[in-house]
Amino acid sequence: MTDIEREQPEDQLVTAARAGDRQAFEELVRLTYLDTYALALRLTANEEDACDVVQDTYLRAWKGIGRFRGDSQFTTWLYRITANTAATHLRRRQRTRTESLDSVAEPEELRREILPADAAESGAELARLSAALDQLPPKLRAVVVLKDVYDQPHDVIADQLGISVTAAKVRLHRARKRLRDELEADLRRSTHAV
Amino acid sequence: MRFEDVADAMALLVDEPEALDPAVVAFVESDLRSQAELARYRKLVRSLRRLRSVHVEPPAGLLAETLAAIESTPPGSRRITRHRVTTKRVAFVGALGGVAAGAAATAVVVTRRRMSPAGSVG
Repeated sequence: MTDIEREQPEDQLVTAARAGDRQAFEELVRLTYLDTYALALRLTANEEDACDVVQDTYLRAWKGIGRFRGDSQFTTWLYRITANTAATHLRRRQRTRTESLDSVAEPEELRREILPADAAESGAELARLSAALDQLPPKLRAVVVLKDVYDQPHDVIADQLGISVTAAKVRLHRARKRLRDELEADLRRSTHAV
Repeated sequence: MRFEDVADAMALLVDEPEALDPAVVAFVESDLRSQAELARYRKLVRSLRRLRSVHVEPPAGLLAETLAAIESTPPGSRRITRHRVTTKRVAFVGALGGVAAGAAATAVVVTRRRMSPAGSVG
């Protein structure tokens, strides 16, 4: 693909992809896969699961691109598919998985880099938060990631996860409370250790 | 009303005060302990929002494998062929690469030392 083609605005690429242009869709993948992976990793808290979710997401998007009407942004549509795919993946995982030691998420500090813009906020603090997030049960984690990290409204979250708005709010409430408790306990542990 | 009565509602008070009993909201506004608790939740939500800008590095093979999977799937196809991205394999190849690069660097240094005139530095 040439540089000129690479500079096509997202909506032109979407239009071309909807018409079956595979190259245009692949360019959309290149433009969005980092964000999609980040969301998938936040939702699954596991690298391999996140990779599976990313691939399934794009395959589902490619299969369904003809049905994308453009009412929302392409990335919003993609987030919806990612959240839905991750929820399905985690449900399947829960039924079949026996957690092995090497599938346990590695410490956040090892695989996350803090951007310079975030330097003002303590990197260690964000890493602790990220680790606490990974410890949440998947159902609670999904809601708090979609609401508080990705700023999605409750009705959209409920739709993405196949639950009621009330259930989404209850889960958010529990997730925030557990995060807060976990961070406080973590702080107490590190204070005692000093 | 006491702090213990409202503590449970704090997690939602951050962004949905209208969903709560006005008496609870009024109490929180006048109670210092509740205010402190609310501030903790606000900080938590702010920090969570900041997580979105934290860069997450995907495994090296992810993009290539995803594109390969799309290549083998016609648009509108019902069949899905997922290509496995093995993070362990990537790590292993990376480790091999690291070992190879280290060996090459050592060879270069040894060769340079052999080629350098005696007493030269670097």
